[in-house]
Amino acid sequence: MSAGGGAVGGRRAWVVLAAAALLALAATAYVLRAAGRGGAATARPAAIRLDDRGRLLFRNAGSNGVLASVPLVHPGGSRVLSGLNCVRVYASAGTGVCLTVRRAAVPKIFAVILDRGLHEVRRVQLPGAPSRARVSPSGRMVSWTVFVSGDSYTSPDLSTRTGILDMRTGRVIASIEDLTLLKDGKPYRSPDVNYWGVTFAADDDHFYATVRTKGRTYLVEGDVAARTMRTLRENVECPSLSPDGTRLVFKKATGDPSRPWRLHVLELRTMGEIALAETRSVDDQAVWLDDHTVMYGRLDGGTTDVWTVPADGTGAPRLLLRNAFSPTVVR
Amino acid sequence: MYVSAGLGNAARAMRVWRLVAPNIVALGAVSLVTDVSSEMITAVLPLYLVLSLGLTPLQFGVLDGMYAGVTALIRLVGGRLADRSQRHRLVAGLGYALSAACKLGLLVAGSSPVALGAVLAADRTGKGLRTAPRDALIAASSAPRDLGLSFGVHRTMDTAGALAGPLAAFAVLWAAPGAYDAVFVVSCCVAVFGVVLLVAFVRDPPIRALPRAAMSLRPLGRPGFALMCLAAALLGACTISDSFVYLLLQRRLGIAAGYFPLLPLGTAASFLTLAVPFGRLADRAGRRAVFIGGHVLLLGAYLLLRGPLAGAVLLTCVLTLHGAFYAATDGVLMAAAGPLLPGPVRASGMAVLQTAQALARLVSSVLIGAAWTAWGRPAAVTAATAGLGVAIVAAWPLLRAAR
Repeated sequence: MSAGGGAVGGRRAWVVLAAAALLALAATAYVLRAAGRGGAATARPAAIRLDDRGRLLFRNAGSNGVLASVPLVHPGGSRVLSGLNCVRVYASAGTGVCLTVRRAAVPKIFAVILDRGLHEVRRVQLPGAPSRARVSPSGRMVSWTVFVSGDSYTSPDLSTRTGILDMRTGRVIASIEDLTLLKDGKPYRSPDVNYWGVTFAADDDHFYATVRTKGRTYLVEGDVAARTMRTLRENVECPSLSPDGTRLVFKKATGDPSRPWRLHVLELRTMGEIALAETRSVDDQAVWLDDHTVMYGRLDGGTTDVWTVPADGTGAPRLLLRNAFSPTVVR
Repeated sequence: MYVSAGLGNAARAMRVWRLVAPNIVALGAVSLVTDVSSEMITAVLPLYLVLSLGLTPLQFGVLDGMYAGVTALIRLVGGRLADRSQRHRLVAGLGYALSAACKLGLLVAGSSPVALGAVLAADRTGKGLRTAPRDALIAASSAPRDLGLSFGVHRTMDTAGALAGPLAAFAVLWAAPGAYDAVFVVSCCVAVFGVVLLVAFVRDPPIRALPRAAMSLRPLGRPGFALMCLAAALLGACTISDSFVYLLLQRRLGIAAGYFPLLPLGTAASFLTLAVPFGRLADRAGRRAVFIGGHVLLLGAYLLLRGPLAGAVLLTCVLTLHGAFYAATDGVLMAAAGPLLPGPVRASGMAVLQTAQALARLVSSVLIGAAWTAWGRPAAVTAATAGLGVAIVAAWPLLRAAR
């Protein structure tokens, strides 16, 4: 610009212009090519059914995170892929919930409720990035948790919002913060409460979840009809109720930053807890494969895989599905 | 007031541009283009990681937080390298080129958190490397009496790029929905253009020979400059981080999460508008006074956050003050430091100053996070407000003594 004579400056300007034109051309070509490859992602989802007992459903980590399924007896077998992109998925008794993202300039996030043929029956718009999803054993109640932290995850409060949908009445509780929380028996109010990780009991009324306030996490037992929740115990996150309704598997904060959570099982009758044989950190709401085994997503270096471990503290973790997350068993 | 007279007045604006050296306009253009590129990524990265790759925000938080300290240290290296070699343009150029390459690295890293972490770290390294030599180039290219104006012009162009970046990202995603890879590729092309501009138009100013033996080569060995670093760190340690300010606004006003990313745009717009007028004001009325004044404006924003105003008025006032704080402090501090740092230690000195400020802000966000957890949000804001008030009173004599 300033240095050099007119001829040199002129030549320099031409070189810069040529570079700008080339780069603009490359960028435009790439965007047009990317725009052209869309559309194929919405294939018909009929290949998977939610009443196909004995199959595992999960988010397939490859293929852009679509809902996939394999037979439970042969989890390493070939995967049936749907056209549904689900960040989190869960299904029970023919009702499915898929937390998904509509891709647009400003993405929108939805909980999509699916019937047994995997057709959409309802969608609820959610205020943030998907975290947890559950359906009650009867298929009537649906719950989800999303992160609503705004733009920065390093900000001091990573907020969550947890909602419940009653498929029979159609009513949505957009945030269970609206229910009354009883802490140590007394009504408790604080602007900093955050709830996550609902799991439903068989009666479609009671549920368990995690609440965090003033830097501590508690297990709560909730009652949808009475619109109340009460704290039961400290340091229980992402509970998941066993099919027989007697135990919760949950992640317990260890205080060790290199392995922040360890899976434990809580016996609800005695309130005794045992550590499971999985010693690596698990950041997932585990799922009961049957009354004796739990499964969960575990991050290993570059990929997330689904593992199983016995629910009584014995044995060792076993790999169930490679490149998969958010597993659920069709029963 | 000066500010209103400085705006919308074409003749005056022309005069401002004539006062600014071409090298500074070139550096501003490089920063503008590079900021378009990097803010394109910043705007989509959280969504890409969480929605497309299925990472949890906590995993991303770890990725993101891990390298904050590294950047601060790399900045010192960048300053040192530039001073040793006296090739500021080369060191800054390496930083710009590294960050450009990282945009493609995001494509290659796929969904591996480790690889993504490495790419983000390399990107931060590039940013760390280039900052101090770039500011030293601005200082060296400017007439000493116009330093505030020069930095003001540079920061205005830089922020204009930061405003345009998210718009560019949204334009790409509008044309090709969900194609985050296209955002990365476009961002890379833009970043490469920034490097081309740097190579073509930015020049290393001639080194003025200085009697080397006559002075300390360690910037902190200069007492005046050390005092300035201390004052900047003291004020930095009482500054609430940006994301926390936006969060407080969001909570006060009940803004829907979808609009949350728009809040920083308000700050940027105010910063952009005021950087040149405040830079000129600093040249005339004193750079340290304007720097302190900027913190007083920030104090005003904190008070408003706890005060009786509500709704759009509160939003506008807080974001305007927040942007004005940056306009009165970010470039102005470098302009104030310039005369204290002779050429051979300028880049490393600026790096030390910026690092001191950045680390102090890191400490402040940890402290405020802890106060928030322990005492609740209102008490944490009160504590930060009181802390900033005390820091302003304490920093003023330090700054005045920094000669």
